[in-house]
Amino acid sequence: MTLISVLEARQKQIFTKGGNASFDMSCETKSLAGAVSQRACVFCGSRVVIYPIADALHLIHGPIGCASFTWDIRGALSSGPELHRMSFSTDLSETDIIYGGEKKLEKALLELIEKYSPKAAFVYCTCIVGIIGDDVGAVCKAVEETAKIPVIPVHSEGFKGTKKDGYKAACDALFNLIQRNPNQKTIPESINILGEFNIGGETWIIKKYYEAMGVKVVSVITGDGRVNEVMQAGRACLNVVQCSGSVTHLAKDMEREYGIPYIRVSYFGIEDTSDALYKVASHFKDNPEIMEKTMALVKEEVSRIIPGLEARKKDLAGKKAALYVGGAFKAFSLIKALKTIGMRVILAGSQTGTREDYEILRQMCDEGTVILDDANPLELAKYAVEKDADLFIGGVKERPIAYKMGIGFCDHNHERKIPLVGFEGMENFAEEVHSTVTSPVWDLVPRRARGKKEC
Amino acid sequence: MLLRHTPKEITERKSLTINPVKTCQPIGAMYAALGIHGCMPHSHGSQGCCAYHRSTLTRHYREPIMAATSSFTEGASVFGGQANLVQAIDNIFTTYDPDLIAVHTTCLSETIGDDVNQIVDKAHKDGKVPAGKYVIHCSTPSYVGSHVTGFSNMVKAMAVQFAQKTGKTNGKFNIVPGYVEPSDMTEIKDMVKTLGIDPILFPDTSGILNGPLTGKYAMYPKGGVSVKELKSTGDSLGSIGLGTLASADAVRALDTQFKVPCQVLDLPIGLLATDRFINTLRTAAGVCVPDAITQDRGRLLDVISDMQSYLYGKKVALAGDPDQLIPLTEFLVTIGMKPVHIVTGTPGKAFTARIKEITARFGDDINVKGPGDMFTLHQWIKNEPVDLLIANTYGKYIARDEDIPYVRFGFPILDRVGHAYFPTVGYRGGIRLLEKILGVLMDRQDRDALEESFELVM
Repeated sequence: MTLISVLEARQKQIFTKGGNASFDMSCETKSLAGAVSQRACVFCGSRVVIYPIADALHLIHGPIGCASFTWDIRGALSSGPELHRMSFSTDLSETDIIYGGEKKLEKALLELIEKYSPKAAFVYCTCIVGIIGDDVGAVCKAVEETAKIPVIPVHSEGFKGTKKDGYKAACDALFNLIQRNPNQKTIPESINILGEFNIGGETWIIKKYYEAMGVKVVSVITGDGRVNEVMQAGRACLNVVQCSGSVTHLAKDMEREYGIPYIRVSYFGIEDTSDALYKVASHFKDNPEIMEKTMALVKEEVSRIIPGLEARKKDLAGKKAALYVGGAFKAFSLIKALKTIGMRVILAGSQTGTREDYEILRQMCDEGTVILDDANPLELAKYAVEKDADLFIGGVKERPIAYKMGIGFCDHNHERKIPLVGFEGMENFAEEVHSTVTSPVWDLVPRRARGKKEC
Repeated sequence: MLLRHTPKEITERKSLTINPVKTCQPIGAMYAALGIHGCMPHSHGSQGCCAYHRSTLTRHYREPIMAATSSFTEGASVFGGQANLVQAIDNIFTTYDPDLIAVHTTCLSETIGDDVNQIVDKAHKDGKVPAGKYVIHCSTPSYVGSHVTGFSNMVKAMAVQFAQKTGKTNGKFNIVPGYVEPSDMTEIKDMVKTLGIDPILFPDTSGILNGPLTGKYAMYPKGGVSVKELKSTGDSLGSIGLGTLASADAVRALDTQFKVPCQVLDLPIGLLATDRFINTLRTAAGVCVPDAITQDRGRLLDVISDMQSYLYGKKVALAGDPDQLIPLTEFLVTIGMKPVHIVTGTPGKAFTARIKEITARFGDDINVKGPGDMFTLHQWIKNEPVDLLIANTYGKYIARDEDIPYVRFGFPILDRVGHAYFPTVGYRGGIRLLEKILGVLMDRQDRDALEESFELVM
């Protein structure tokens, strides 16, 4: 690995704990032009948040690419309808760009609604729609009058900011849907699960815990989602928000509009999962039975999984992990979860972390840990090798880089196939990490094989 | 039933594409640019385009994919992307030190009217392009054509923006392999070399997108056509473009601008198309066909005849890109199969005409559509079932729902390995295709056989 120079303008987005530099992390900035950024766009942010609603129509208004590239790539499971796994596009062509795509959009919507009778329709705006000036809102309104279902524009033009702005556009669209419910009567002892997308069936695990605690789940936004369920969201007592960036905005809207308080939680790892469940239980302190049940649940689950984790820990103790994730909140949980199985974090980075996020990261990490905002592959590779990582946790674009360097990999993004939340998720996580870190294949990698001989 | 929502009854659709068999231009341009050694592809548009293309190529090849982006913001979309692109060129050369940057546009930068030629000029004038480094560029509006069009545009750009005519021949032939896998590019090079011809193959993604694990991360892996070779394409004896949509523009441009005589052929998929390829090379270069190639041909023919009874009359549905589907359909017809439903997402009238010609012996019995989509293909299959489906990864939904033997072929393949390592072009590639087709057909026969008719020897 040859040493690379880091773009001067990027210096402030990289921090090494224990180094001489003072902590003045620059983040929440736009990526530099010319950077090989791992980030995506506004549309991407909106698409991933809303798409798990399985009985809604998701129509992508733009040229074909935006639809092709997001066709069923994120395994958001549904226990019923599978309409969300189809790919619908207005497939705009040159003449549409010149004369506008409104008519095409209207026709497409009407055709699709007739064909599939969805419970609602979402229309995602792509870059080009923002430029040619289609009035998507007006088309949606007109179609809604004919079709008698909610037809909601998602203002996710790609260039309008970062993926985070896409989350906000998605929240606006979801809030639009929620507000349509004339019945906003509160359901006692109930919550909404926000920012949970049922990757690998994770929603089902979390729901199971709340049911065991005696807490009613009104809606999940948006894992295994249904339009009618989402529309009831205004009736819950509490919003429990997972995934830092994506739906906090919606929780704030609902707090303002319906007075529903929200808490931020994470379901990754024993510590955070228990903490999340206790937080929810203590919200319903008028009913002490809920807390009792929660304590029993946590006790039972923890004692069930600890022996297995301890066994894994024997092999994993002292191994080093690098992680690069979307939201920083996930990084916090991962660091704790990795500690549970004896591992150290030597590199932590995120695409969309805030200043406060990075301050928390800094406090959590050991001396020498590198903290990165909006990293590029060269930086990730450089630090992973320099710090001699045994494990890389990241998403689709990081996986082959890790493998090329002979480092084990765990997907903690949308390509994960097994649920990683909750107590059983922790078991799965430990198993997955264990299987990749202790795999014999890394001994075949030249860099590592040489290292072994030298010892 | 993942596609339970697909009705059997076919209705006319004009404003809508459901389950596409194509994607947009920029990813094709990015793939082509990766076939130049030391090249950093650059997407002049929003960040998402670049992220999506890199993710898709990463999933297809399981290799790190490098590409940079102009990271358009609202401001750039209003005032133009010049500042972004000039800064990007500066940053890329400073940080990632490629030999060249290959810029392609997106729907966004095209529609706001960025003149990339002028912007690159400005970058040169501002001293942002170091000595001995290059920037090439092409226009790839996402709302025209498909990923194949984007590939073609970038290949043409790499030819005409580098080619020079020194007046002295280099004794080589330019070969444009088309939008095929790195393994196919290696196979095409091998065939050409075996004939005793020295090729300049461009683009050439072999070694880059099927590279070895070395324990190191290399931003610019070994492999790819070099800038030196691209410059030399104007001095070649001739050019052969494989696949009209992906390769014709490049070789024709070299013909018009540099008087390098060109021929455009089908991709060498299957027996007859490979025959035409070898024959064209033979006459163009005035060489004899060596025994090694004749033997390979004979082996393919041998497998075809050994197994013909398993192939005869079997109905096939196909989805993919025109350049592939034309010779593939021809191959299937040649070996006794009956392609009945053929769909591509890439627009172009010539495609349906060629397919009709190839399948003429079956009369009007054949469904062919371009541009069409997977949804239509599925409906056709519901109306007339098939014995085999050949499509990219997205075919798996149909194959599962309708319980059809299925061979993955084309782009993208997100759920299997092999395509980057084993070619499907040439005579040897023909044997691999046959092996795959026969494998799924015979597995099905075994699966469905009653106990008494379950056979050991087949």
